[in-house]
Amino acid sequence: MAKKGWEEAGNKEEVVLLPHGDGGALTHELIERVFLPRFANPLLRQLGDGAVLGPLSGRVVLTTDSFVVDPLFFPGGDIGKLAVCGTINDLAVSGAVPRYLTAGFIIEEGLPLSVLERVAESMAAVCRDTGVEIVAGDTKVVERGAADGLFINTAGVGVMPEGVELGCDLVSPGDVVLASGNLGEHGLTILAQRHRLDAGGRLRSDCAPLNGLTGRLIRELKTLRVMRDLTRGGLATAAKEIAGAAGVTIRLFESACPVSPVVRGACELLGLDPLYLANEGKLMAVVGRAEAEQALALMRADPLGPDAVIIGEVGEGEGDLLLQTGLGGTKVLDLLAGDPLPRIC
Amino acid sequence: MAESDRLPELERMRDADLARGLFGVVRDKASRVRDRLGRPLVVMEVCGTHTMAIARSGLRGLLAGLVELRSGPGCPVCVTDQGHIDQMIELASRPNVTVATFGDMIRVPGSRASLERARASGAAVEVVYSPADAVDLAAATAGEVVFLGVGFETTAPAVALSVQLAAGRKLANYSIYPAHKLVPPVMRTLLAMPELKLDGFLLPGHATAIIGRRALDFVGSEFGLPAVVTGFEVPEILDGLRVLLDLVESGRPAVENAYRRVVREEGNLQARAVMDRYFAVEDTAWRGFGRVPGSGMGLAVAYRDFDARIRFGLGEAAPGLEKGCRCGDLMKGLINPDECPLFGRACHPGRPAGPCMVSSEGACAAFYRYERRAGFPRAGGLEEAPIRG
Amino acid sequence: MCLAVPGRVAEILGDNWVLIETFGLTSKVGTHLVGEVAVDDYLVVHAGYAIEKLDVDEARERIRLWEELLADGGIG
Repeated sequence: MAKKGWEEAGNKEEVVLLPHGDGGALTHELIERVFLPRFANPLLRQLGDGAVLGPLSGRVVLTTDSFVVDPLFFPGGDIGKLAVCGTINDLAVSGAVPRYLTAGFIIEEGLPLSVLERVAESMAAVCRDTGVEIVAGDTKVVERGAADGLFINTAGVGVMPEGVELGCDLVSPGDVVLASGNLGEHGLTILAQRHRLDAGGRLRSDCAPLNGLTGRLIRELKTLRVMRDLTRGGLATAAKEIAGAAGVTIRLFESACPVSPVVRGACELLGLDPLYLANEGKLMAVVGRAEAEQALALMRADPLGPDAVIIGEVGEGEGDLLLQTGLGGTKVLDLLAGDPLPRIC
Repeated sequence: MAESDRLPELERMRDADLARGLFGVVRDKASRVRDRLGRPLVVMEVCGTHTMAIARSGLRGLLAGLVELRSGPGCPVCVTDQGHIDQMIELASRPNVTVATFGDMIRVPGSRASLERARASGAAVEVVYSPADAVDLAAATAGEVVFLGVGFETTAPAVALSVQLAAGRKLANYSIYPAHKLVPPVMRTLLAMPELKLDGFLLPGHATAIIGRRALDFVGSEFGLPAVVTGFEVPEILDGLRVLLDLVESGRPAVENAYRRVVREEGNLQARAVMDRYFAVEDTAWRGFGRVPGSGMGLAVAYRDFDARIRFGLGEAAPGLEKGCRCGDLMKGLINPDECPLFGRACHPGRPAGPCMVSSEGACAAFYRYERRAGFPRAGGLEEAPIRG
Repeated sequence: MCLAVPGRVAEILGDNWVLIETFGLTSKVGTHLVGEVAVDDYLVVHAGYAIEKLDVDEARERIRLWEELLADGGIG
């Protein structure tokens, strides 16, 4: 029983066919029509087998991610925006200035061309806003049913500014943990779309590129230890990973956890915990205690961080993640066995 | 975080200061009772949602030494027998059959696999939020759709309504795999066990909203134990404990309603009428407990066409009681998790055997996570958050 | 099994369906189990259906009781 995250093409509509992926005339046509005009840049236009980037001044950071989302289009974004922002954000939280991306598309035959064009336009829009360029790509077409409409992989290259050092090994007891804003918006938007629980259309994915915010933090703070992009698994998963890698205990304050009212409502209805839900435009930062207030002010001054809060602190330990509850008790938080799902119990 | 059209009373019900104040009241009362009894009070809750809410609030640790909060067979998902899961998987694996289910069910293991594992092998399993969504699914597809009817009396009426919906839309491809459980019969079975040593119960607020406080009066009147129908916000859970402590102190084996904003004496008659029309009581197996008479529901005679077990020719489900599983003894308070022969070896959170481990906040799952950590902080009182953002 | 949430009736859709609003989220809920409802009623919602109406007076009463208890210095 195929569930489509996009509208099936009408009879007259053009669709992607298997030959579009075989490297011949149709592939060239697809690239010329869909990708080149939107990802317009000299490197891509050369259509070489590899993009020659030239020397980069500084340590090079490389990352990759694949994007599989159903539905393809959702309030606040689409798979294309997700694919570009996701990789930009991985570079940004690593401390790098994002520069170049590759984009690989695996397309299910029958996908309307107009869907592909919309996705490409979304990707191009983020590139224009951030100055990042898509310089290489690939297109494959698979048989009906072999992909959920569209899968995208993006790899990204960024450059670390001189003197910037970030890492879990820098995290130490006494440090403070900040979150850049309201949690759970992306994950909940997707779930609510799937289960048709947002009749009022109030939920929106927070999908956004964080490189402006991270740049600000890196430039102004002297004791920025590490940052994390809060994607799948949410803030709790990222915090648990840092606690483990750094060999410390991280204690989060439940009363500080920032959640918008509509996300809270949806979490209650579905039985979900916002600490474990995916975000696509939020980060977590660990800073030295003396700079906590300054870090907070920097985040709040950024367009993507007005709801930033101090959400926890680092203590001695062996990789535990603890939640100080509203009541004053302590709960141990663990990694989830799988994605959060609507519950009745 | 004020919502302009949010009822102020509902906001107040979640107020952290109110919760802390009530906690102080409960702690003081519990200290007095503990001193008189010469031991901590033992209170059992029989609702998976209470288990989760209590765990989430950190209350168990805060009341350590004063009140032992024990989990009974209150999670209808976790008490689904392995044999039933096996049949659900079998259905999902058939061509042209899609199983639709609440999300809670997909990781519960049968004797070999879970629905999630089966889905990875090609079984058609869809998670839905409401049984009404499963009916929509059936209307949109040519294949068969089987909804897994799991849940106590809170959920059964909604599932019954889905049969009504499907019948009204003349859908021939919708059916239910009935695995519902009833609260009063399992409470009776629990209370009749001679080794059970409890001081009282917190009763499930929403199941009781359907069946009525009166339906659980027997806990006090027949078995002499005090019990309190309790809500789910932290202040309400504390209030339930407060009322229970009063009953224990005064030696009154009564069943009180502390959730009057939702629960009525006679319950929801309309909901019960819907259940009575579409379902019929039957015996059924509970994971970790074995067969409990009159504790389950199948489809009523007039609606047998909607019973997936009949439609797909499934025989009697083989009961799954795993050899060595001592969840029953654990619930009675006879043993601790690490005294069960399966604990940590054949039974752990990645591969749970009985309900105590299936539930992520069940006694065994919690013990496995919390107690096996070195240096887990035992919070004894209230702590101020040192930094406020 | 007991995960149920209070929500305000925002719109009557007819045929026993309403739109309820919970913290700003609007979703479709069946009222087959609770009889007649009006806009601004509060319902307790489980798995897409209202299982009961919320008795606002009782909620108020309970809160008042708690506030009195705590004003007494928590003597109980």
